[in-house]
Amino acid sequence: MISRLRRGFADFTRTPVWKSVFRHKMPKDPKNRALAVLTNVFLHLHPVRMRKQGLRISYTWCMGGVSFFLFLSLTVTGILLMFYYRPTAQHAYPDMVDLTESATLGLMREMHRWAAHLMVITVWLHMLRVFLTGSYKPPREFNWVIGVVLLVLTLLFSFTGYLLPWDQLAMWAVTVGSNMARASPGLGVEGPGSQLMAIGDIPLITAGSDVRFVLLGGRFVGEGALLRFYVLHCIGIPFIFVMLLAAHFWRIRRDGGISGPGKGGPLAM
Amino acid sequence: MTGISILGLLAFCKYRKFCTQNKIMSGAILGFPIVFFAISAMEENFWIQFRRPDNVPISFMLWFVVFFIWLAMKKGVENDDRIAKGQVVYEAKPEEEEKVFVWPDLVYTEMICLLLVSILLVAWSILIPAPLEEPANPQLTPNPSKAPWYFLGLQEILVYFDPWLAGVLIPTFIVIGLVAIPYIDPNPKGNGYYTFAERRNEIFIFLFGFVILWVLLVFQGTFLRGPNWNFYGPYEYWDVHKVVPLTNVNLSEFIWARLLGVGMPGFWLVREIFGLLLISLYFVVLPVLLAKTIWKKFYVQMSLLPYVIGSHLMLWMLLVPIKMYLRWTLNLKYFVAIPEFFLNI
Repeated sequence: MISRLRRGFADFTRTPVWKSVFRHKMPKDPKNRALAVLTNVFLHLHPVRMRKQGLRISYTWCMGGVSFFLFLSLTVTGILLMFYYRPTAQHAYPDMVDLTESATLGLMREMHRWAAHLMVITVWLHMLRVFLTGSYKPPREFNWVIGVVLLVLTLLFSFTGYLLPWDQLAMWAVTVGSNMARASPGLGVEGPGSQLMAIGDIPLITAGSDVRFVLLGGRFVGEGALLRFYVLHCIGIPFIFVMLLAAHFWRIRRDGGISGPGKGGPLAM
Repeated sequence: MTGISILGLLAFCKYRKFCTQNKIMSGAILGFPIVFFAISAMEENFWIQFRRPDNVPISFMLWFVVFFIWLAMKKGVENDDRIAKGQVVYEAKPEEEEKVFVWPDLVYTEMICLLLVSILLVAWSILIPAPLEEPANPQLTPNPSKAPWYFLGLQEILVYFDPWLAGVLIPTFIVIGLVAIPYIDPNPKGNGYYTFAERRNEIFIFLFGFVILWVLLVFQGTFLRGPNWNFYGPYEYWDVHKVVPLTNVNLSEFIWARLLGVGMPGFWLVREIFGLLLISLYFVVLPVLLAKTIWKKFYVQMSLLPYVIGSHLMLWMLLVPIKMYLRWTLNLKYFVAIPEFFLNI
């Protein structure tokens, strides 16, 4: 039975359909292993060969990879959640209840929330690992900078998403957070120096024109803020995030893969 | 708590060999958080905070931070020994430098990681439902109102600094500081392998910022801050009516009213002159003095501009614990208090 299945599969791999998809044989020898990576756009994020040391989980902690995988999980669960969710004050909360009570496979909200918490943690730990192995040192300085921006964006992702359930926890957490913007120097209505931003007697910075108003689309966390945070969470931040992610990965490749002491390094053989 | 953890971190770095190579000590370091949480969870008030769905990942994060720092230090100590003996570091051994094919070695490792994370995520989602409270109501402020958990370190700093510092300037400096690290770090050593001896200053400063001023404050803001943002011990009931006296005094009041025994001057510049002097001494004169004395080594290595940036970021970082201790010991409210311009430091 097994041998027949195996033979059937082997026959199938010889059909024009299979060959149109995979342009190499089973990756069992060096040539086809190389081709397996080179001819696949996703696997091509990797080099064909790498140092053994870069494989060690005790060296990499696998935190960057896990963060990326969590990002993918968040994208998938997030898309499913968007089918059920309307970002208006009238519908947002009842839609959350419906998601929990009546949607089939109603685990998506749980998975989305826990993956988001987990991603914040794995990104922090990834940063810790990169620091402790000195992997931000030349030639990777700028990739560290991109990484810091990605870290900030991860937090903004999580912060904008925090409002969307539109319950007490969400609304007041975002109120506490966005109240900080009111105190921005020069740009917030209660920030130092904002009184200087005036033309004659007319103040430029008021509660209706400061940086907090721009963030919330209103003077308090209301429907305007809900829509703004929704658009940022689902479109705005992902757009920037994916581009920076591509740059982050591409630079790792350019700089010779996972960091290591390196051939030219002072301590290498 | 901050003081104990700073001492703990110092001791860990100092006795790193004992802490990471001795099996009993390692077991104690890695086992203590688990035993602590397990025993504490039997206590009712601790359990109430611990079991909140959003707090669960924070407890696990604490253990992982401890574990990974221990692991990095262990590998660092081993590499330092190898360097001292004139050998290459572990990561540069010939067998580690050997090249392997990404397919199958790396691709399969990634797939196993991916499966494990998926299993964890599904199991976690089945076991713990995501929290959903009452519908949003602008008329009803919950007590305490907390920011999302990863910002609670900043909300904790808000006790000691005004929003324009704790909520705007300090986060900006954190980001600038992180971005600046590769450009102001003059040490070319320790690139691509674990070590402690070759980078002791960098690693200690980073761990101080990350563990004490970030992770620990997140923990404190989550588990130890209750109604009205008052401090509650881990086993204390969150009593809404807990009375905490507010006796904080500004530096200007200390000097004019208590020390000199005269009234507070009306004009803000005269009133706050001592605080302004102190702050400018701290940020302008102190870096120069340090460059000539104990930080001379850094100044020489880093050259002027990186030193200016680095020392200022460092002083901002130190200002946080300094202000905390002054608040606890002298009830100091502000160094400079100019409510006329919303400028309080």
